[in-house]
Amino acid sequence: MTGRLVTLPLHRIAHGRAGDKGNRLNVSVIAYRPEAWPVLLAEVTEERVLALFRHRGASRVTRYALPRLQALNLVIEDALEGGVNSGLGLDTHGKTNAFRVLGLAVRVPEDLAKRIVVGPGRPIAFANATIEGEFRHDL
Amino acid sequence: MYLIGSGAGFSGDRVDAAIPVVEAMAARRLGGAIIFETIGERTLALGQLAKRENPEAGYEPLLAAFLSPILKSAVEAGIVIVGNFGCANPRAAAAVVRSIARQERVSRLRVAIVEGDDVAGKIDLAKQPVWEDDRGLPPAKGALISANAYIGARPIAAAISAGAQVVIAGRVADPSLALGPLVAHFGWDWHDHDLIAAGTLVGHLLECGAQVTGGYFADPGFKDVPRPEAIGFPIAEVAADGSFVLTKPEGTGGLVDQRTVKEQLLYEIHDPASYLTPDVTLDITEVTLAEAGPDRVAVRGARGRAAPSTLKATAGFAGDWLGEAEISYAGPNAFARARLAADIIEKRLVLRGLDLRRRIDVIGATSAFDSDDGGLLDPLADLAAEDLRVRMSVSGDDKAKIEKALQEVTALYCCGPAGGGGVRTRMHARIRTLSYLIPRDLAPTRFVFDEASS
Repeated sequence: MTGRLVTLPLHRIAHGRAGDKGNRLNVSVIAYRPEAWPVLLAEVTEERVLALFRHRGASRVTRYALPRLQALNLVIEDALEGGVNSGLGLDTHGKTNAFRVLGLAVRVPEDLAKRIVVGPGRPIAFANATIEGEFRHDL
Repeated sequence: MYLIGSGAGFSGDRVDAAIPVVEAMAARRLGGAIIFETIGERTLALGQLAKRENPEAGYEPLLAAFLSPILKSAVEAGIVIVGNFGCANPRAAAAVVRSIARQERVSRLRVAIVEGDDVAGKIDLAKQPVWEDDRGLPPAKGALISANAYIGARPIAAAISAGAQVVIAGRVADPSLALGPLVAHFGWDWHDHDLIAAGTLVGHLLECGAQVTGGYFADPGFKDVPRPEAIGFPIAEVAADGSFVLTKPEGTGGLVDQRTVKEQLLYEIHDPASYLTPDVTLDITEVTLAEAGPDRVAVRGARGRAAPSTLKATAGFAGDWLGEAEISYAGPNAFARARLAADIIEKRLVLRGLDLRRRIDVIGATSAFDSDDGGLLDPLADLAAEDLRVRMSVSGDDKAKIEKALQEVTALYCCGPAGGGGVRTRMHARIRTLSYLIPRDLAPTRFVFDEASS
């Protein structure tokens, strides 16, 4: 990708849902616009997603790409701290974690960003290279 | 074309959701089936515990609430009702269905019960390999409560082909609830993997009810959902070649578009090329979606391979005790007072020798995303929010120790930081589950008509 990069929360260009099976968590990340698909492939890497869950003991992330759906399926191992069987946290299923992934900061060429963002304030002004205050997990 | 609707996506779902689904299906005069999926991983163990207390309990507690409003209209429209709401006691559930039929003046109802999922006492689970996703878990220590194999769609299809109007199952795989009626209707060959995969995909998309029609979807400003208080549950219009259109009853809230279908398509999926069910190995990597009018999405492209040679079986064991206690702090300097409360709780537990597994969150600062050791909370310097709740949770096998730990949070009323209020404490015994892979021949399945049907 070329051109000036802006940094956005993944939440502006993709949506998703989390589910659990056993001690595994899966989170889908789905592009709102087809043009956002290459950004997902480039920015939502196994390493970056693992970093979001390392504080909870996550050991591995496997990313499955579904180009026909412009969607990623992220399977995160050992992120549930015991899950529904023995977890101590409030969300033992891990269902809130879709939005932890959607808080990831992604870099997008400015022209492309204007076409792929959704939500309030669209089109957004890119006066600064970074949209401040909207994302929590800049890595 | 064959219609399949969803009436419930989990135990505890909206009890009036099935009414517009049955009305919309009946208006089409095509018959069809409506499925109720009400079992989660722990539900069967809870059902077995209820059955121990009362031999006539152990089925879905909302069964009568789900079926009373729709039984008569579904039967009159030729819509088969299929559910795993039998849970741990399908025969008792059949008696409830029979009693609703009497109240609603439905005569000669044919009610079938699917059996074979309950493998407790029939299999030495210790000799079976642990299911892949559970291999990282420690062995279960407590007493066995339940053990159920995830059985497939064949006994459901056979029951419908034999004339069943209501099919009551326990632990069948969720998508099998839809596949059974489809095979009974179209006469699909169980060895035609792509067709069985297509029917399984119908079931996968329907099994969570509103989750494909705008439930669990709204994100205001980004993904808005019309009238979420009245979401229409899904209806699939399935063609003989396995392609289908997902829609919902006209006039209901919610929405069906590519976004809602994609989220549910990947829900609780791991390898999208290998979604394992007792009926087939489903591959969704070539699935395509196309919007086919308002609230209509056409789905095609499911591919299948042979089902795995083993069945998944989930056992429930008596687990540990979980205790939870909370107290609120609000207004100026609330974060500092909440943190001090957390620190005091920790020190009191150490002082009293309460060596329990524990975790303390500050709800409003970090809780859902944090780890047991407070990895996200600790580095937080300051917080704008001024309405916070400290939550301690503890677990272990010693109930008395947990009671003592909970009491330490209550004691913050007089001994803790200024302005604490709203203490709530609760404690409950947990169920521990562990899944295994068992040979298929250890869980033979069948259906029987309940006595009054024969």
